[in-house]
Amino acid sequence: MTADIAAILAIDGIATGAVYALVAIGTVLIFTVTRVIFIPFGDIAAFTALTLAALDAKQLPGTIGLVVVLACMACLMEVVSLARAGELRAVPKALLFYLVLPLIVVGTVWLTMRFAPPMPLRIVLALLLILPISPLLDRIVFRPIADASVLLLLTVSVALHFALVGLGLLFFGPEGVRTEPLTSMAMEIAGVHVSGQTVLILTAALVFSGLLFLFFDFTLIGKALRATALNRTGARLMGIRPARAGTIAYLLGSLMAGVSGILIAPVNTIFYDSGFLLGLKAFVGAIVGGMTSYPGAALGAFGVGLLESFASFQSSTLKDVIVFSLLIPVLLWRSLASHHSEEEVEE
Amino acid sequence: MRKMLSLTALLGGLVAASTAQADITIGFVTSLSGPGSSIGIPYGRGIQAAMEYKNEVNGEKIKLIQLDDGSDPSAATRNARKLIEEEKVDLLIGTATAPSTIAMMAVATELKVPMIAVSPVIGQPNPTDQWGISVPQPASLLVKVVADRMKRDAMKNIGYIGFSDAWGDLVYNGAKAVETEDGIKVLTNERYARVDTSVTGQILKVLAVRPDAVLIGGSGTQGALPLLALGERGFKGKTYGTVALVNPDFVRVGGKAAEGIQVSAGPVIVAEQLPDNHFAKKLALEFRAAYQKANNLPSTDGFSAYSFDGWMIFTSAAARALKTAKPGTVEFRKALRDEILNTKELSGVHAVYNFKPGAYHGVDERALVIVRLVNGAWTYQP
Repeated sequence: MTADIAAILAIDGIATGAVYALVAIGTVLIFTVTRVIFIPFGDIAAFTALTLAALDAKQLPGTIGLVVVLACMACLMEVVSLARAGELRAVPKALLFYLVLPLIVVGTVWLTMRFAPPMPLRIVLALLLILPISPLLDRIVFRPIADASVLLLLTVSVALHFALVGLGLLFFGPEGVRTEPLTSMAMEIAGVHVSGQTVLILTAALVFSGLLFLFFDFTLIGKALRATALNRTGARLMGIRPARAGTIAYLLGSLMAGVSGILIAPVNTIFYDSGFLLGLKAFVGAIVGGMTSYPGAALGAFGVGLLESFASFQSSTLKDVIVFSLLIPVLLWRSLASHHSEEEVEE
Repeated sequence: MRKMLSLTALLGGLVAASTAQADITIGFVTSLSGPGSSIGIPYGRGIQAAMEYKNEVNGEKIKLIQLDDGSDPSAATRNARKLIEEEKVDLLIGTATAPSTIAMMAVATELKVPMIAVSPVIGQPNPTDQWGISVPQPASLLVKVVADRMKRDAMKNIGYIGFSDAWGDLVYNGAKAVETEDGIKVLTNERYARVDTSVTGQILKVLAVRPDAVLIGGSGTQGALPLLALGERGFKGKTYGTVALVNPDFVRVGGKAAEGIQVSAGPVIVAEQLPDNHFAKKLALEFRAAYQKANNLPSTDGFSAYSFDGWMIFTSAAARALKTAKPGTVEFRKALRDEILNTKELSGVHAVYNFKPGAYHGVDERALVIVRLVNGAWTYQP
């Protein structure tokens, strides 16, 4: 391995790591607020790429069907549970949030598509269309079991991932997609060719991490989310609704996954089932950060990206084995170094 | 309610009884879902085209029952049993992935029903108790024809990059088999997975040996990934691949980077460019017309044509088998098996088929032509 090759591999690894970092930060965000390890995160990223590709090809994206189905289900569940609790006054509001809002999004996309919008607008549309999916899934799947143990939530999350992959095949078909590059720029940094796409991925990762930091430290909603993460009961006593905090976390997380999907779509062919490995590797990164720290998750994700890049050069057949083997020493070190907090506190 | 049910059952029984007497029943399994679906869906469309082209033999109607195996070998096994034991099929056709096909073949052999495999089957059948054949060109032949073309193009040093699965192994071993002292040498064995996001590391390793040509052992859309990485690094040599790459999405995704790649493929891929005296020309054009009529889409892949050729093999064998036995009987299945294994010089759209006991595959080098990607279209390279 020469210095040139090492530099190329490092840049490739950092670009891959940046994508993992976005997903890892989103995973940590959702986990700290709702205690759900959201495995389908990678799927959300892959669906964004597939949605954008469909919009590029002027076809109706399958996501529309997915959102409509989920919105109807969530709305039905909400109305039934409200009726049972005798809170019929809240029904119009539920209808607005769970049915009308997602349908407005779908309608907007459907109408805008007729005018062949330019690339930036298409990206916005794809993100808009992806945003409702996670909060709706949260309402359908996780809200009814919000107080269950972390392990149960994880198991349900894995099951949900498989359901989503099946739906992905139904709505997007079996073929992979690849979108137009967002930029065709390229530059030389110290004699190494760096594509504009790589710079873009890195910038997006940094900007989003920075925004998240500002959001948590300087806005009331951000502080409320942090409060929920620290102590659900205490937050509730202060007038913060954990359910609403969860929805906000899912929306923010979806945005991160969506952006990573948009960034990865031009560099690689995305299939309906590509999300799992993406989510899993980001999850490894998040575990390195102990599932609680954002900078830790980001660093861990960059580490995974770099390791993967160098491993693919050294021994391409064992690449994934090397990446996932990293988990063992990390988990050992984590369990020896950290004092155990009792996560299952009685509320 | 119960009365209704029994009445329906009775009626259903009557209908079944009246149709099951003379029809030839075909059980067709393919992967409409799961990872094999990008191949399995075209197989299904190919069977529809074949039904459109010919749906009776000597006046006997053909009844087709199609099931999905979800790309899962255990589901394929269950489907095969169900088709044989409940539907009493005379013949099995399937399926999209090699493991599932091998699993079905085991059931067919056990229950003594002939089977036409539309995926490559590895290994040797028992010559005294063989119930199945396989339509596609075996991987070794696919690679051999490409390797021969590399020789003809005077390529010496070959870099190899392929999938980290059985397909990647097959192509690599096929390329290794034609290595010679003074000619071709395969210098790298780099692998990547279908869902990988980058092959930069592997491509750097390939380029480090300064190859004249790079052989791609991937398939479909994701086969384009190494080509794109090679393009980024300014690789100027030639690229080669196999028919596994040929689908419209590969061309779309590969774009300029895939331009000029040469692959070995069945003649059906370039039907309209074949010389008029080529065995596959007339039938391939008829197949395309039937495909368009049955599916309302143009046919662009080679996979649907395997189903179609399987159907050709079956109908020609069934025409001979009907002289000695009636459909739906044990004798007919045995006669059908014997006649399938007795296929002589039958022209399909992919190959000229000659089957005999002791081998699954029955094609020779006539089944492959070399095609090159020029301006996004596959062109015939005699």
